[in-house]
Amino acid sequence: MADIVLTEAPAAARPRRLGAVLPARVAYAMAIPAVALMVLTVLAPIVVMLAMSFTDYRFGEDAIPFVGLDNYLQLLNDRTFRRALFNTFAYVAMVVPGSVILGLLLAVLIDGLDHGGRLYRLVFFLPVTATVVALAMVWKYLLHGTIGPFNLLLVALGLPGIDVFGDRSLALAGLAVINIWSLAGFNMVLFSAGLTAVPQDLYDAAAIDGMDDKLDRFFSVTLPLLGPTMMFVLVTSTITAFKVFDTVAVITRGGPRGASDVLLYTTYLEGFSYFRMGSAAAMTTVFLVIMLVFAWVQARVLDRRVHY
Amino acid sequence: MSAAVEITAIEKRYGDTVSLRSASLSVRPGEFMTLVGPSGCGKSTLLRIIAGLAPQTSGEIAIGGEPVDHLPPKARDVAMVFQSYALYPHMTVAENIATPLRMRELPRGARLPLVGRLWPGVGERRARIREAVGRAAAMVEIDGLLARRPATLSGGQRQRVALARAIVRHPRVFLMDEPLSNLDARLRVAMRGEITALHKKLGATFIYVTHDQVEAMTMSSRVAVMMDGGIVQCASPAELYADPRDLRVARFIGSPEINVLPLDALVTANAGFAPFAAEWKGAAHAAFRPEALSLVADAPGLAVACRVERVEGLGHETLVFLRTEAGGHPLTARLPAGAFALFSGDSALAHLTPDDVLLFDGAGQRLDRRHVTPTGGYAHG
Repeated sequence: MADIVLTEAPAAARPRRLGAVLPARVAYAMAIPAVALMVLTVLAPIVVMLAMSFTDYRFGEDAIPFVGLDNYLQLLNDRTFRRALFNTFAYVAMVVPGSVILGLLLAVLIDGLDHGGRLYRLVFFLPVTATVVALAMVWKYLLHGTIGPFNLLLVALGLPGIDVFGDRSLALAGLAVINIWSLAGFNMVLFSAGLTAVPQDLYDAAAIDGMDDKLDRFFSVTLPLLGPTMMFVLVTSTITAFKVFDTVAVITRGGPRGASDVLLYTTYLEGFSYFRMGSAAAMTTVFLVIMLVFAWVQARVLDRRVHY
Repeated sequence: MSAAVEITAIEKRYGDTVSLRSASLSVRPGEFMTLVGPSGCGKSTLLRIIAGLAPQTSGEIAIGGEPVDHLPPKARDVAMVFQSYALYPHMTVAENIATPLRMRELPRGARLPLVGRLWPGVGERRARIREAVGRAAAMVEIDGLLARRPATLSGGQRQRVALARAIVRHPRVFLMDEPLSNLDARLRVAMRGEITALHKKLGATFIYVTHDQVEAMTMSSRVAVMMDGGIVQCASPAELYADPRDLRVARFIGSPEINVLPLDALVTANAGFAPFAAEWKGAAHAAFRPEALSLVADAPGLAVACRVERVEGLGHETLVFLRTEAGGHPLTARLPAGAFALFSGDSALAHLTPDDVLLFDGAGQRLDRRHVTPTGGYAHG
């Protein structure tokens, strides 16, 4: 018994591949290219950015003066940054529920179709495949305050015209609508995949148990069973919404008067218009921390409710 | 507590494919009726139509004398157990079992997650549901698992939860769609006994679908054999075995399968059967059960010349696989266990009593021999 254990234990512990036992040195050596690539492309830039956030480096200058936490302390009192932070959260709070609920609704409606499901899926998925900048130009024209067809329609109907992107209270919501419109199709596809995994037997059992009403079935069977999909969709939608940049850069440029200033756009201006790299790096760090906290909280909270 | 189920001329078509053709069946109150047949015969479709999960193309279903064709599943007072168990994975065992009662007895607001608990005026009803769940769980011996989720249970335990969810409401009719198919062989034998005991205890009407003839034969009061979308024969298990009205039924019931020979391979080729040639005229097939054959030299009956192919000793009995000398048709003999000096390749004379022979015409319909005057040395009633 004793020698069986002795002969088997080391063999099981060593990495095996195609029956050959690799010495640890060789195994680690083979991992080096992948590790190096990851360090160079992902980890090193983050470290450099963190380091830069403690300096007052200006783009194009030779000196890299160390300033400690100054950049972060300044952000605390920077009205532009605080407004951008608030706008970003407001934007996420509009886009995530909007795109998730709309995506789920579309997926459930299309799932109930006997014919044409593929066509509808294709149509609603189209915005996902298109370039955001091009679509942003189209939306800018459609909702334009004077020449936009939407406005002309309102005026033709005798209603007062609305300049969505020229109105401080509407600009951010207008951008959110564009993102909901493009993200809903993506979420719909994810939910559609989740729906196909719900066994028909469960709906039959639900019908026998007395859930003959569509709402009952949706809330008691479909929604709970979509739990894992829902978690994934929530996380990806939140991250996508947080990263909003292209539509702001193309349509409003943060305006009117900062009403649609968001985190990434402010960071971009700080770094590449005003060349204050240190302060931009500090903003990016804040952005990164927010993303990490969100991903962690969502994984923890939702993981506990989707155990099966 | 139990109700008759009257199935009248049910037809189900999907486009051009006919799944059920004019299936009619009377299930008596309190009966354990099994629908058995090969896969694709329409038995599950018929069950789903009875449950109201699928509409029939034409025909009528009545439960307890009332037509239910216009009623949704919920209003038919039936419960169903599925092959996959169909338990709600996000609910505990207790919540699963309680679902049929909650849906019927609690108002929508009280069924909402979280806020539903605060709904006023339903405390007493909730207590009654809890009690009913406890009773149902105790009946299938899963009272210790009420707080668990289905994913943490074994197949047998999940099946019990599905049964408890069915019995908690005391419906008049139980529908079971291959409930034991996903269990391993030993568990299946044990659950067979438990479901029959449950049927006795509840006294409700059971309609049980299976493709397993052993389940059909051991559990049922009556068995309806379905083939190609129709009910071929409905009778007690013993009657189905001894008196099949159709060659397909004879073949489906019994293991090993019944022996079927073209008539001339039996009568023309074996001199002893010559006297029956006239009497059995019109029949195309002669069929007899494996236990009707004897390989003992001085056994009663007429000799059929065979060659031994294979001998399988099963301990309590021995199966001998033979081929007839004439035509090489396969035969199986079921013999009591004992020492056999038989090896593959040996010639053997199998003895068969003509009374044990069932005759079928070219279309597979059973021919009744009672009306024929015996001409040989064997008289039959």
